[in-house]
Amino acid sequence: MTAAPIIELDGLTKRFSRKLDVVERFARRLGAAVDDRAVQAVSGVDLSIAEGEVVGLVGESGCGKSTLGRMVAGILPPSAGTLRWRGRDLRELSPADRHHANLKIQMVFQDPMASLNPRLRVADIVGEAPVVHGLVPRRQAEDYVAATLRQVGLDPAYLRRYPHQFSGGQRQRIGIARALAVKPDVLVCDESVAALDVSIQAQIINLFMRLREELSLTYLFISHDLGVVEHISDRTAIMYLGRIVELAPTPELFDKPNHPYAKALLDEAPRVSVEKRRFAPIRGEIPSPLDPPAGCAFHPRCPHAMPRCSAERPALRAIAPRRWSACHLNETTGP
Amino acid sequence: MTEPLLRVDGLKTHFLTRAGTVKAVDGVDLRLDRGEILGLVGESGSGKSVTGQSILGLVDPPGRVVGGRVLFQGEDLVGAGEKRLRAIRGRRIAMIFQDPMMTLNPVLSIGTQMVEAVRAHEAVSRAEAWERSRRALARVGIASPDERLASYPHQFSGGMRQRVAIAIALLHSPDLIIADEPTTALDVTIQAQILFEVQKLCHETGTALIWVTHDLAVVSALADRVAVMYAGRVVETGTVAEIIGAPRHPYTRGLLESVPSRNRRGVPLRSIPGMTPSVLDLPEGCAFRPRCDRPTAACTTMPELAGERDDRAWRCWNPVAAEVRGDAA
Ligand SMILES: Nc1ncnc2c1ncn2[C@@H]1O[C@H](COP(=O)(O)OP(=O)(O)OP(=O)(O)O)[C@@H](O)[C@H]1O
Ligand SMILES: Nc1ncnc2c1ncn2[C@@H]1O[C@H](COP(=O)(O)OP(=O)(O)OP(=O)(O)O)[C@@H](O)[C@H]1O
Ligand code: SF4
Ligand code: SF4
Ligand SMILES: [Mg+2]
Ligand SMILES: [Mg+2]
Repeated sequence: MTAAPIIELDGLTKRFSRKLDVVERFARRLGAAVDDRAVQAVSGVDLSIAEGEVVGLVGESGCGKSTLGRMVAGILPPSAGTLRWRGRDLRELSPADRHHANLKIQMVFQDPMASLNPRLRVADIVGEAPVVHGLVPRRQAEDYVAATLRQVGLDPAYLRRYPHQFSGGQRQRIGIARALAVKPDVLVCDESVAALDVSIQAQIINLFMRLREELSLTYLFISHDLGVVEHISDRTAIMYLGRIVELAPTPELFDKPNHPYAKALLDEAPRVSVEKRRFAPIRGEIPSPLDPPAGCAFHPRCPHAMPRCSAERPALRAIAPRRWSACHLNETTGP
Repeated sequence: MTEPLLRVDGLKTHFLTRAGTVKAVDGVDLRLDRGEILGLVGESGSGKSVTGQSILGLVDPPGRVVGGRVLFQGEDLVGAGEKRLRAIRGRRIAMIFQDPMMTLNPVLSIGTQMVEAVRAHEAVSRAEAWERSRRALARVGIASPDERLASYPHQFSGGMRQRVAIAIALLHSPDLIIADEPTTALDVTIQAQILFEVQKLCHETGTALIWVTHDLAVVSALADRVAVMYAGRVVETGTVAEIIGAPRHPYTRGLLESVPSRNRRGVPLRSIPGMTPSVLDLPEGCAFRPRCDRPTAACTTMPELAGERDDRAWRCWNPVAAEVRGDAA
């Protein structure tokens, strides 16, 4: 693909600063090491996504996936770095163009309960934005919402219900319907099929793939479910503590992961089997984004860590065509 | 047979809405021994969460338990007073909600909430409770415990909030934990850490567990037995080997076939055709009938849950042949 990427991230970074509050001062009196350090949730992420591409984003809980997704969707301003939409820096767009770009990138949130207004009925949650933005005339809104609900496998009989009257998986589908209703070009899906049983999950994934064919939709697909990511995405990015540590075409990454964290992930993935399994605790120390380890953030858990790893941070480098990895092992010996 | 730790008999929980009666749970039977792990899987909207909430008397109006019994160590919790239930909740039976914000208060720091949770059932000092909370966070893989305890829920990632809710449930080593999709947003390495802690707890203290999930891989690795729900009822139950290896109900078989890792990359996933029926408007007889590939005339009456044993049963007139399939995915 040679056209300008639909989305291009360049050194995208997000810091959250924290101030001490009453409880923290109390904790400090108990001798806790509390200070007002910032959390660097996302650090210098470079990533370009081609039109019609599906990029899977995987990584440890708390590593910054949702934060990255929210920046891409224009909901959270980056602390540093640039985000280009069809080749143009978002900050340089006119307000009208920026508004248009923001409408074209929709996000399906991880936490459906928190992202759905509890006082609105489903008809309004899904139907409001398309009416306001003139995509559908108001008198056709109800039919339009019904059709959108059917697409995500929800009975239109539910139109008049409020979010709390749904099950977890049904709420997740309302979130998907709301995003699809404004006819976006890009969907940022944050754990969007996580609360669905596999048969409904299969329907939604098939819907996503069909929409991609029909409307050449582009996806940034955040998921912890490696089976889903392997199935749906063209390329997969693996994040660890705010940074991308490996990026590769999906089949290659799943066949032959390069980064030790990517390997650990694929090894741990539970499989459907008739055998019970003994789970093992994580070896080594789990790092905190509040206090990231020096050098390679994975070194406290890495079975291959060398002295250099705790001193120097490995850069994300090309290790083969279209393959990137951030590990010192690639420079000393082969992976 | 000795009395099990928990026995749910014919549980019915209905919601009286303006549009009609939503029979969210309509005759559910479950049993659980000490130290046992039951995986509860099923269709989205089939009543798994409402079942869990009903056991603890946590269904909000207009929902109501309209039938059945919940025997916990022989004591019927249906109709038990709020005071009695409050003494049981948290200490004897802990619930991990599907939505962690059901457990967490957005305006209090995590530390305040955990210290409260410790002190609600045990007379310990604040400092001791703080220390216990620190250790609980470490068990679920949250680093920098002091700073995290001092933070508010919105400063946590989705998976971190889930883990805090799990940590709170583990605080008192209860007799029973009802965990509602507790690891839906966790990556596999952290998930393995949590499942390790959970297995250890069940093994060492005899805690029993109901693990509600759609993740068949986790169920197969963790659980002893599985119950599959569809439209408010249990449609199949058995050991993990029986359910995963030789499913008898067409819905269970359809579920197993939809698992992405059992499908080829890029081609559409096999899925069960059709939509979840609206519980307001269920078909007569077997609720799965409109989506089933083997219905017969008999299916217009509701099949009973029956089979080889009490705990190996299915609700189907034309069960799938019992071919044994021991494969992994
Ligand atoms: N307050 C309510 N009012 C009306 N109907 C409700 C209410 N709460 C739940 N329901 C309905 O009860 C049924 C069962 O819901 P429940 O939350 O138990 O499903 P679930 O099996 O946990 O699904 P999921 O896997 O999607 O979480 C659903 O059809 C839901 O729409
Ligand atoms: N509003 C906020 N204020 C302070 N810190 C925040 C805020 N939002 C997120 N963080 C922190 O940023 C880091 C990354 O969070 P993020 O939600 O992006 O993680 P994630 O990868 O989506 O994790 P999960 O898989 O658990 O959802 C975490 O350490 C989190 O505590
Ligand atoms: S840089 Fe070192 S510590 Fe980091 S992943 Fe590579 S070998 Fe392991
Ligand atoms: S009872 Fe009939 S309709 Fe229901 S699952 Fe069995 S075969 Fe299918
Ligand atoms: Mg997240
Ligand atoms: Mg539920």
